[in-house]
Amino acid sequence: MAEVPAGMTATVAQLDLSGSIRIRLRDLGLIEGTPVTCLGCGPSGDPVAYLIRGAVIALRRSDSGRIEVREWV
Amino acid sequence: MGLTSCAGAAGARDSTASFLRTENADHVVALMGNPNVGKSTVFNALTGMAQHTGNWPGKTVAGASGTAEHGGTRFLLVDLPGTYSLVARSPEEEVARGFLLSGRADCAILVADATCLERNLNLALQVTEIMPRAVLCLNLMDEAQKKGVQIDCDALEQALGIPVIPCTAARGEGLDALLDAAAAVASGRRPTTPPPIRFPAALSDDQLSEERKQDLRTASYVLHAEEIANGVIRSPANAARDRKIDRILTSRRYGIPAMLLLLALVFFLTISGANLPSAWLSRVLFACTEPIRAALCWLHAPVWLQSMLIDGVWRVLATVVSVMLPPMAIFFPLFTLLEDVGYLPRVAFNLDHAFCKAHACGKQALTLCMGFGCNAVGVTGCRIIDSPRERLIAILTNSMVPCNGRFPTIISLLTIFFIGVSRAALPTMLLSSLGLTAVIVLGVAMTLVASRLLSATVLKGLPSSFALELPPYRRPQVGKVIVRSILDRTLFVLGRAISVAAPAGLLIWLLANWYIGGSSVLLSCAQALDPIGRALGLDGMILLAFLLGFPANEIVMPIVLMGYLSTGTLVELTGLPALGALLTVNGWSAATALCFIVFSLFHWPCSTTCLTIWRETGSLRWTAAAVILPTGIGMTLCFLLHLLLG
Repeated sequence: MAEVPAGMTATVAQLDLSGSIRIRLRDLGLIEGTPVTCLGCGPSGDPVAYLIRGAVIALRRSDSGRIEVREWV
Repeated sequence: MGLTSCAGAAGARDSTASFLRTENADHVVALMGNPNVGKSTVFNALTGMAQHTGNWPGKTVAGASGTAEHGGTRFLLVDLPGTYSLVARSPEEEVARGFLLSGRADCAILVADATCLERNLNLALQVTEIMPRAVLCLNLMDEAQKKGVQIDCDALEQALGIPVIPCTAARGEGLDALLDAAAAVASGRRPTTPPPIRFPAALSDDQLSEERKQDLRTASYVLHAEEIANGVIRSPANAARDRKIDRILTSRRYGIPAMLLLLALVFFLTISGANLPSAWLSRVLFACTEPIRAALCWLHAPVWLQSMLIDGVWRVLATVVSVMLPPMAIFFPLFTLLEDVGYLPRVAFNLDHAFCKAHACGKQALTLCMGFGCNAVGVTGCRIIDSPRERLIAILTNSMVPCNGRFPTIISLLTIFFIGVSRAALPTMLLSSLGLTAVIVLGVAMTLVASRLLSATVLKGLPSSFALELPPYRRPQVGKVIVRSILDRTLFVLGRAISVAAPAGLLIWLLANWYIGGSSVLLSCAQALDPIGRALGLDGMILLAFLLGFPANEIVMPIVLMGYLSTGTLVELTGLPALGALLTVNGWSAATALCFIVFSLFHWPCSTTCLTIWRETGSLRWTAAAVILPTGIGMTLCFLLHLLLG
């Protein structure tokens, strides 16, 4: 998911995360099949803001890099 | 900001149950919802209480309760912490879940953000599963309308099986209907029929890991919420304006400059606005000295008592009030406005990379912001950081941003020694605010260095995962913000300052008027400390003032002046030129002023902050660390500065 360019939308395939961040992201509605739009990164390139089910959520690349996504459009 | 009251908030997390007095209420109503949906605004509007609203998760860290009366029915409302779900195990969720399961609530009011309905439905489904007697408060309808959102409320009622009431809590719209519905549901007059959640059959498979089961359970709620949302949202939110603002305020090129500019602007407004009222207050309060003396004479008070009360207590109080009140009354509302608009989470977003490099959490930036007002409040606010290691780092470094008690002194010294008092007013104020911004940047930079140092030594560890919500920008409730921030924050901080300044004034008066061997105790102590003070580019009196200023940072400068004048009483500051002249006569140079500013930025936290740190960490060792860390940094920096500038 860290590779999705700004303005593109991808579909979540799998979360390779464990512990509290996995639970927190799933509570935010980030499950398999969820469309995620990349909105752009902060001043230093990290973290990156994503539009997830109508809410803007910022994730560090170290976390978003472990979320597998399918084709982006 | 969780600023309501440090004392009230601390330790109250687990006592949601114990403070409830339910005997006078007809119905107990639990208020729930995601973070950032205006839950506290609904609570305040219903109960008339002044609880703070904030724009980041975990704001309501302690349960609050209040009463409301409507149509002859008395409600007891319990404001539960904002949560995204009830299945995880954060302390906030345990409080919320525990209260629902305890059976003490007759009804739950679910506050939802109409501009972001789908995510809110996720929690709604989880709540109605264990607490079917619920009402959905569809809040922020005004924002939803602006964004072109259209929701079919009847269809939503059908789908959730509970009453749905559209509201704009900030304007009080829809609240009567909300309480009507809550009363009807709580009394059983209005039956509710929440839909059963369809869990996949695989859940009963024993082969499945606990994590996988948890995934399936959560996914069931999320998919059900998605289905409902697709059915009832006629037109989704158009957030183009928010994206546009974010493209500037959080962009690579403009994000950091915009942040510094906003900070400098807030300081400029504070400095320029506080000048006149400060001078006026000082004149009025010091003019009261003679009438009070006359009144004491009339009461036949002995001369030493007159001197003690007037020269000791009253003058310290007058100085603290006139120096502190005007800047606070401007700074706090301005800062609350930034918070209300939704800008502060963007600060955390912009600074997260730096904090990540320091192996800390981006939300620490939010606790720093709270520390600008009062470090004790900042320390309490560290509860928003989930990882215990990162929370401790934030607590230990919080006093490294100047609180409101230190701003006025820093501004005065910057103006006298680096900008010059002879210039015209406007450029002076502009340069002062830029200088103050530079001081803040130094404080934040040292916070990062110290955080990295802690991560490499006593608090070893890698940065934990991090998900930060950037809530939609909202029109601030200007009137309410001003009233609330002045009533809650300003008066609270001022009250605290006064309650420590009065006894401190008494102590200083005693020290200055108690002579042993021809010299006052105050001067003898200063002489004893002089060698250490000199090594740090300061002097003994300054060091003694910092020590005696432990109860409150705002009395440090007054003590220094009193010591120099050796009058045994605090003097009135008749303008900056006079202050500058007095300091110069006593051997101050620009280097001394710089060392003073640095030491003011990095030294032990004040007594209230220490007490709060002790309460939050439950450990004397960590409290000691919070004293030693900034003091060590301050002493090292001052020592080096003195060597360099000698």
